[in-house]
Amino acid sequence: MAESPDRGARRLPGGKPKYSVFSLMRNARRYHQDWQQAWRSPEPKKSYDAIIIGGGGHGLATAYYLAAVHRITNIAVIEKGWLGGGNTGRNTTIIRSNYMWDESAAIYDHALKLWEGLTQDLNFNLMFSQRGVLTIAHSWHELREMSRRVHAIRLNGIDSDILTPDQIKKLVPIINIDQSIRYPVMGGFLQRRGGTARHDAVAWGYARAADDLGVDIIQNCEVTGLRRKGNRIEGVETTKGFIKSPKVGCVVAGHCSVLGDMADIRLPIASRPLQALVSEPIKPELDTVIMSNAVHMYISQSDKGEMVLGAGVDKYNSYAQRGSFPVPEHMIAAAVELFPILSRLRMLRHWGGIVDTCPDASPILSKTDVKGLYFNCGWGTGGFKATPGSGHVFADLIANDRPNSIAAPYALDRFQTGLLIDEHGAAGVAH
Amino acid sequence: MLLIDCPHCGARDETEFACGGEAHIARPLAENTISDAEFAEYLFWRDNPKGVFLERWCHTAGCRRWFNAARDTVTHEFIEIYAMGSLPKSKAAKDAYASAWRRQTASEKAAKPAQKTSGKGAKS
Ligand SMILES: Cc1cc2nc3c(=O)[nH]c(=O)nc-3n(C[C@H](O)[C@H](O)[C@H](O)COP(=O)(O)OP(=O)(O)OC[C@H]3O[C@@H](n4cnc5c(N)ncnc54)[C@H](O)[C@@H]3O)c2cc1C
Ligand SMILES: [Zn+2]
Repeated sequence: MAESPDRGARRLPGGKPKYSVFSLMRNARRYHQDWQQAWRSPEPKKSYDAIIIGGGGHGLATAYYLAAVHRITNIAVIEKGWLGGGNTGRNTTIIRSNYMWDESAAIYDHALKLWEGLTQDLNFNLMFSQRGVLTIAHSWHELREMSRRVHAIRLNGIDSDILTPDQIKKLVPIINIDQSIRYPVMGGFLQRRGGTARHDAVAWGYARAADDLGVDIIQNCEVTGLRRKGNRIEGVETTKGFIKSPKVGCVVAGHCSVLGDMADIRLPIASRPLQALVSEPIKPELDTVIMSNAVHMYISQSDKGEMVLGAGVDKYNSYAQRGSFPVPEHMIAAAVELFPILSRLRMLRHWGGIVDTCPDASPILSKTDVKGLYFNCGWGTGGFKATPGSGHVFADLIANDRPNSIAAPYALDRFQTGLLIDEHGAAGVAH
Repeated sequence: MLLIDCPHCGARDETEFACGGEAHIARPLAENTISDAEFAEYLFWRDNPKGVFLERWCHTAGCRRWFNAARDTVTHEFIEIYAMGSLPKSKAAKDAYASAWRRQTASEKAAKPAQKTSGKGAKS
């Protein structure tokens, strides 16, 4: 586990003043004109002890834990755009750990346990809300498969309960459990510890806490090449020049193959658009997250009141950060059938992110054939929930140049040995 | 929405098609022994370029025939559509074919029949 900073202290470990109700009052008196800077924007140094490429949640978490747990503070995070502008700021923020295999339970529940204390650890309100995640089944077959899954999940000590349609109706009054619809609700399973968090806040919270410990966060700087000398990484070519480092971690989600090609590292990844949308805001109506694998739809209501809806992944490779219209159309049809009140709502925003899909629907946390070069990718449609756990074990992998027991099964060599971690049943759609 | 020009049926909505992923992945022949790592090149490693991508499509809700396409993964523009079993002709797609790392892999080399050793002593 991460060492928790002293929660009673008035400053963060690196000296930044903490956010608190008192700082809010003080700043209100100054008309919010001089709030502290959350992080610096330094020019890159000539060299670092470690470089993390990608300023999404996973990259920033990796940098934070390298500094906080492993005391490696001479680090840069290099981001080509702005922090969280990739999938971190585009996702539907569903958090849960009810995956079937032991390897998945280990990493996703590690993440969920970190989420539970993260707002305090980072001194940043992540709006983490354990409102429960309900997955529904639409056929007897799906329900039977679901109960088999629920037993496996419970054996790993992860909370999971089967609900009947009547129990579901009680929990989610706006759902249509009429058995005559095309995909009727036959039952479902609920992880009460699951929920949502504010995506931007996750990136910003890690960035601020990492900066406090001395990590340089460099935005608007694209990595254009990975320089290697024989079998060793030497550093990265960027739009701001060459930066030297004996250790480089690539945490670029949909762009991992592009980075891999720079160092002749092959990956099993296909980059695909994943789309989501929000409705206009309405009064509080839905305090549970609901997902359906069969109809490719997941929904929650944000604190602003918007209905947040996500779809299945698009069918062809793309780097365009926009998807095909039929995909959200299909998802909306399913959502309206399950939640008839949605039919009157207007759409407010719609977007896509490029997700790094992996053949076994499990991530890659791995050393490579190039010494000092590490990859964290393949989270595909469902990596937001893993952000703290992923950063925590990836930092450990980089610091010690060997995977710990949680990361070990996620090495690239599983595509040679055949020891795949097939989570299509848990992650086949998008969440 | 993409408008895809099926070589057999003409231009149709993308909803009629299925995308089969990277084209030109040749299966290693059984007569050639390669390592597990090399077999993984064939089975799992995938080209995933930002730019011109050579891929297979199937007109599943139409003629149900397969074809190849060269498509730009940033603009989604179809550069060329060409028959299954053939190679592309446009410059951009030819370059993409020739420069793909897969051309250098052991698994692709093992997809061709093994060279018969034809030394003098071979017959006797
Ligand atoms: C629509 C949608 C809905 C989703 N819903 C969920 C959900 O409900 N629950 C869930 O758990 N997951 C969900 N996901 C998946 C989740 O968003 C991702 O798995 C996760 O956020 C990945 O985080 P990351 O930090 O690895 O990647 P990102 O946040 O994408 O960060 C990667 C960063 O790398 C940068 N980068 C790329 N190339 C370079 C370069 N050459 N040089 C420098 N920087 C570079 C990018 O600009 C980007 O900021 C969803 C994804 C999408 C798109
Ligand atoms: Zn056709």
